[in-house]
Amino acid sequence: MASLMKEFTKGLWKELPPFRLVLGLCPTLAVTNTANNGLGMGAAVIFVLALSNVIISLVRNIIPKKVRIVCFIAIAASLVVAVEMLMQAFAYPLYEQLGIFVPLIVVNCIILGRAEAFAAKNPPLLSLADGLGMGIGFTLSLTFLGAIRESFGAGTLFGVSLFGPDFEPFTFMVQAPGAFVCLGLILAGMNYLNIWQAKRKGIELDPNFDAGCSGCGACKAMDKLAAQKKLERLQPAKG
Amino acid sequence: METFLLFISAIFVNNIVLAQYLGNCPYLGCSKEKGVAFGMGAAVIFVTIMATLFTHIIQQYVLFPFHLAYLQTIVFILVIAALVQFVEMFLKKMVPPLYKSLGIFLPLITTNCAVLGVAILVQRKEYDLVTSVIYAVAAATGFLLALILMAGIRERFEVTRIPRSMRGVPIGLVMAGLMSLAFMAFKGMIA
Repeated sequence: MASLMKEFTKGLWKELPPFRLVLGLCPTLAVTNTANNGLGMGAAVIFVLALSNVIISLVRNIIPKKVRIVCFIAIAASLVVAVEMLMQAFAYPLYEQLGIFVPLIVVNCIILGRAEAFAAKNPPLLSLADGLGMGIGFTLSLTFLGAIRESFGAGTLFGVSLFGPDFEPFTFMVQAPGAFVCLGLILAGMNYLNIWQAKRKGIELDPNFDAGCSGCGACKAMDKLAAQKKLERLQPAKG
Repeated sequence: METFLLFISAIFVNNIVLAQYLGNCPYLGCSKEKGVAFGMGAAVIFVTIMATLFTHIIQQYVLFPFHLAYLQTIVFILVIAALVQFVEMFLKKMVPPLYKSLGIFLPLITTNCAVLGVAILVQRKEYDLVTSVIYAVAAATGFLLALILMAGIRERFEVTRIPRSMRGVPIGLVMAGLMSLAFMAFKGMIA
């Protein structure tokens, strides 16, 4: 029970997906022009993530290691198709608003990241807790970012006017540049908090400390390659 | 003329990374070195064109006639995954030099949302086959452009004193915001 709670709560703060693990940036940027859209996107992700975690965990011992990624993608894709149809039936305006980002949940790194990092190694119940926690953390983050952008960019929150009719909306915030800058500043804030906490506890932080997307190995492979290329470039100069 | 406008607008005005928020993970992850950025961009161009072509044909000649359009997402992602595998095997056998430069990027592209995004986008906009492929070329070129610009700027970051909490992804995102702001100026060019 205690471990169930632990897996559930880590997604809410310690490993908050978009802000701490830096996973699933595309939807985080794209659908947070209003708080409502963020909430809707989050709900769809909770559904897919929790179920895909459970299913993957159930079949984790059957899937051959070599084709596991394709299997994970196929499982996630079937769930996304289910979400698409549910949204078309019960929340059509939201479905229209989110546009292509509903089908793109398939390639959201949160789904594959959690499948690889957690569900493929743990029993179903724990995986469910992990999926729910991560999904709820993702939803809260999206709603938070959406609330900031909506309240500055349109002067409303969940469609309710905040500052009265005299407010001049800061349109930058609801457009693409505002999304990037806003998320960047939030991430910087999270990093600042991390550094401050580490200093208070007297822990030395890793000097190469970088909030990278730890879920998918893609960036790490790239980093290695970049470092290698740099070395090659430097070598002749040294020799 | 219209096609030309579509081409230009997909590269600059509706840039896939900076205006449509697609492919952000490689945009931030693979932009630390110009050579890597170029390799990734080239691989994305290659796969996006192939994927759009194949998914378009499948959508028009398999999914629509058999009333299976609701399976679009699952079919497209599996087609892309299979395609990437085939391209990798083909290049390895037939064009080893190209494989050497693009090979490592190919497996990463399966889960790049720019590829699936473009494939779905052209279906939603109901472009015909030729227009779809042109759009795919333009969108992927826009991705390459954004990636290389970002890599160029990021190489300067290494010799710059950045506040510790801003290092890495946060400064990258703020930079992307400024670039996106600059790219918004291209809107006047088309309209």
